[in-house]
Amino acid sequence: MTMETIKLTIDNKQVEVPKGTTIYKAAKKLGIDIPVLCYMDLHDLGVENKPAGCRVCVVEVEGRRNLAPSCATECAEGMVVKTHTTRVINARRTVMELILSDHPKDCLTCPKSGRCDLQNMAVKLGIREIPGQEYAEMSTYKKDFSPSIIRDVDKCIMCRRCETMCNTVQTVGALSAVNRGFMAVVAPAFEQDLEKSPCTYCGQCVAVCPTGALTEVDHTTKVIRAIADPTKTVLVQTAPAVRAALGEEFGMKPGTLVTGKMVAALRQIGFDYVFDTDFAADLTIMEEGTELLDRLTRFLNGDKSVKLPILTSCCPGWVNFFEHNFTDMLDVPSSAKSPQQMFGAIAKSYFADKLGKKREELVVVSVMPCLAKKYECQRDEFKHDGNPDVDFSISTRELAHLIKEFNINFEDLPDEDFDRPLGESTGAGVIFGATGGVIEAAVRTAYELYTVKPLPKIDFTELRGMEGIRSATIDFNGLPINIGIAHGLGNARKLLEDVRSGKANYHAIEVMACPGGCIGGGGQPLHHGNSAIIKARMEAIYREDAGKPIRKSHENPYIVKLYEEFLGKPMSEKAHHLLHTHYFSKKKDIYIK
Amino acid sequence: MHLLICGGTGCKASASDAIAEKLKTELEGNNLQNEVQVIMTGCFGFCEKGPIVKVLPDNTFYTQVKPEDASEIVKEHVIKGRKVERLLYVDPAKKATIEDSKHMGFYRKQMRIALRNCGFINPENIDEYIAREGYQALGKVLTEYTPQQTIDIIKKSGLRGRGGGGFPTGLKWEIASKNAADQKYVVCNADEGDPGAFMDRSILEGDPHSVIEAMAICGYCIGANKGLVYIRAEYPLAIKRLKIAIDQAREYGLLGNDIFGTGFNFDIELRYGAGAFVCGEETALIHSMEGLRGEPSNKPPFPAQSGYMGKPTNVNNVETFANVPAIILKGADWYSSIGTEKSKGTKVFALAGKINNVGLIEVPMGITLREVIFEIGGGIKNGKKFKAVQTGGPSGGCLTEKHLDTPIDFDNLIAAGSMMGSGGMIVMDEDDCMVSVAKFYLDFTVEESCGKCSPCRIGNKRLYELLERITKGDGTMEDLERLRNLSTVIKDTSLCGLGQTSPNPVLSTLDNFYHEYVAHVVDKKCPSGQCKSLMQYVIDPEACVGCTACARNCPVNAISGERKKPHEINPAICIKCGACIEKCKFDAISIK
Repeated sequence: MTMETIKLTIDNKQVEVPKGTTIYKAAKKLGIDIPVLCYMDLHDLGVENKPAGCRVCVVEVEGRRNLAPSCATECAEGMVVKTHTTRVINARRTVMELILSDHPKDCLTCPKSGRCDLQNMAVKLGIREIPGQEYAEMSTYKKDFSPSIIRDVDKCIMCRRCETMCNTVQTVGALSAVNRGFMAVVAPAFEQDLEKSPCTYCGQCVAVCPTGALTEVDHTTKVIRAIADPTKTVLVQTAPAVRAALGEEFGMKPGTLVTGKMVAALRQIGFDYVFDTDFAADLTIMEEGTELLDRLTRFLNGDKSVKLPILTSCCPGWVNFFEHNFTDMLDVPSSAKSPQQMFGAIAKSYFADKLGKKREELVVVSVMPCLAKKYECQRDEFKHDGNPDVDFSISTRELAHLIKEFNINFEDLPDEDFDRPLGESTGAGVIFGATGGVIEAAVRTAYELYTVKPLPKIDFTELRGMEGIRSATIDFNGLPINIGIAHGLGNARKLLEDVRSGKANYHAIEVMACPGGCIGGGGQPLHHGNSAIIKARMEAIYREDAGKPIRKSHENPYIVKLYEEFLGKPMSEKAHHLLHTHYFSKKKDIYIK
Repeated sequence: MHLLICGGTGCKASASDAIAEKLKTELEGNNLQNEVQVIMTGCFGFCEKGPIVKVLPDNTFYTQVKPEDASEIVKEHVIKGRKVERLLYVDPAKKATIEDSKHMGFYRKQMRIALRNCGFINPENIDEYIAREGYQALGKVLTEYTPQQTIDIIKKSGLRGRGGGGFPTGLKWEIASKNAADQKYVVCNADEGDPGAFMDRSILEGDPHSVIEAMAICGYCIGANKGLVYIRAEYPLAIKRLKIAIDQAREYGLLGNDIFGTGFNFDIELRYGAGAFVCGEETALIHSMEGLRGEPSNKPPFPAQSGYMGKPTNVNNVETFANVPAIILKGADWYSSIGTEKSKGTKVFALAGKINNVGLIEVPMGITLREVIFEIGGGIKNGKKFKAVQTGGPSGGCLTEKHLDTPIDFDNLIAAGSMMGSGGMIVMDEDDCMVSVAKFYLDFTVEESCGKCSPCRIGNKRLYELLERITKGDGTMEDLERLRNLSTVIKDTSLCGLGQTSPNPVLSTLDNFYHEYVAHVVDKKCPSGQCKSLMQYVIDPEACVGCTACARNCPVNAISGERKKPHEINPAICIKCGACIEKCKFDAISIK
């Protein structure tokens, strides 16, 4: 099929583009750089945010009375466009002055300073003063502090990117525009706090916010003070996706694996023990895989009380999502805690015993690609007499900041290895970081436990990929196991609705809240919608897996030892007590004050 | 004999219901209920003199009638055939009474097409509409014309959108008709939001069937079987009458399935707006109907391509629709013979402000502002001097003396720096400060901006702040430059019609009344004496006798002085309330 094309002239240059192409993209093809602010193109998610609201990207189109937003205006045959005339430049500067006139000037302490799109645009457009600022009223709003995300909407520029992520991609529906005119802003319904909204803390809004309006809750100060406190033993655990992205913060190519440097840096910062969440991921597979087999066997034996499919439960954003939206299915997800929480529970029991210390003397810090983890570790059911299993969760971005603040020359660090026993992991633990990874890890173990045969091949490539909803059938020695995978909560909703209506028939489903899985998490280095970066991180994850000597969770010698010394066997009473949880309905009515 | 009583919102508020009841009681008391009919109609337009009672067949036009006048009207006029002189309209110029509306200055130059039935029929009775050729146009179209032939008639008539944009209606229909889809929609935009404008409300209150009939014709032309009226919830009477009309039309088979046995199906539903001005913009209106936030989106895609629920949708304003049946029945040539070269037909305006005859008028395109203001409008109130007229609502411009002889049409008004808009026309006199007028309109657009695009959201606010500085005497000449640049950029970059026109009051007053801005900025004076901050109250020591009346009445104790000696006002304390001037018997206090 030949694609219909359009010929037009931009800045006196001819260009031919497929029908439907915007002026912005056509100009880009010619190497013409039109500044854009609110526009965001998440190509691989099939999502484009182009409300045409900021009006920074305006251009002159011959025959048109007013300027056209190049991000949202489609090319037409014979169109003549001028992208940088005096009229355009004056308009851009004036519009930018307007936006800045209603934006706080506290760049000194703003968490986005230095990587703020608005700041960069002000520089790009040469704004040196804001005329009339001294008598310009500013629109101000209440600051909103949730366990994971801070909304400082005085800094909102109404780009609506967060709204697109929250509604179109994630279908969470926590954020949308409220009020009108000068007071218009993006907020939860009735300007309630995020905590009272259906927010899942997935953090995708934070990941795309161009300014400091949406940022993560920063725990680095608390971490530094814990390390500085001589009465505390501070443990750190690092999630699999962190090592595949941390290097980007230091100018390394996306997809560079920095596991060894990260461990070395954490030691330099002063953590007493540097452990790996991957160890807990292996533990998760032991519990979740056993639970899957248990449910499956009972189901196949005709036990009507058994619910299938089993849903993975390691993603806290996903857990929040079903606690809000699928309250009729709370018994479907696996009761296994997430790796972060399993780690905390083991660290403050098994490992504390080994050290001969009380749990209160230990501080467990997690480094996560995720903002929902900050909320997860604060959940009441993960506390013991008020003392949380995981004390603080910091994001990949926060860790990068700490490394820089400690003046560590990250690139030149020698590789170091994790401490034992909670630092040993298998390739199965590593792939938790990418969509499809958890279920692949579970299959590797469940297959061998079920069939009592070694896997003919370890790589289940049919479970990998970037497609939003995937499915595959794995042959368990004659028993076909149907597996579903969704990443991004919008896809999860679709898949779950199909399950609820009986349209889909799966034995096990993996869901990750963030597009791409944890590697695309809300706490990762900002990828600005460039999915090539996500793909590179994914490749890094599978590279790490392929290079591991042990690639099946049940073969991790320290996991084996943990069960021998402490837990007994998977789903034992002790394991149940320490490693399993339950879910709550968060469905609530919203009242207007 | 018929007694017609205005049942529009304005006259109803002045007890026209009670007048009708009283008239009926009086007629029954005289056993005349079978001879004389009392009919509540739509608006007569002459709101200044409401409530109106019109007697047919002699066309007697009674103004400012009260319920207690009912008995006299019946006893004198109905029974004895003598007109009630004191209720007749008095021509302010000739000081003579005029009995018949046709001879009144207010009506003489009017030409009623969209308002043809307003004030003539009972809008709650479909038979009265049918009696005045109602639904004949629909019948004709369905039985004699193809959709394209009908579109061609509308195109040839030269009808342009009356909501403000002035887009050729026939062309709009043609585009929607050519976009193939399984479902299309006809939408009537009844989200009239200009302050002081009530053209659409009056049509819906006075002649709802004309809109229903036209929507069905449009549905036939574009291939839609569903119509939606987006109407603001603040129009309860219009909603009530529209609902009655839709029910009656369904009952008569004029809406529903197989209309006139032709196989054509069409029905109409109402959608209520919460009164946001921006929802008059068609994409915002559609989003609001879809249950989304009422904010506009970038065009294209136009609604004719992707509108309500993503389907091709034709949106027309109430007044546009009201013209359609008349065009079908009387022909495109008849319609296009009225008006100017590029603006055909008539336009309804809501006259307001410092004008004698406040009300609703319909005039042929091409009439001059002078005719409208001085002949139909009866000139400026209290014999004051005309200063400016704002056309096009809050986003129009202020036109002056030099524009008075410009023929009114879409293009001339734009060329003069204003616009047609939906038909608001607010007249200002010598007492109006033009900077304050611009500020007043900006206050409205700041309030009504949806906030989606930055120039409108922030820019209008900044314009307002600049104007406020100027009216407070804090403005600089540089501020005037900023006003102009900001206005130009807001117009040039805003997403929708609201922001693209909101600076018009600023630009047109800068163009036409620059000296007033300069007076505020340089001389720190408001030439019209309207800007409080720039006023100073002073006591003339020559005239002051020291009676102390002013000092005793000053609420903030700003006036001091000994008895029988000249007093003084402390400008630092004075709040310019004017209480002292009122109390001074010696004309010793003045405003500088």
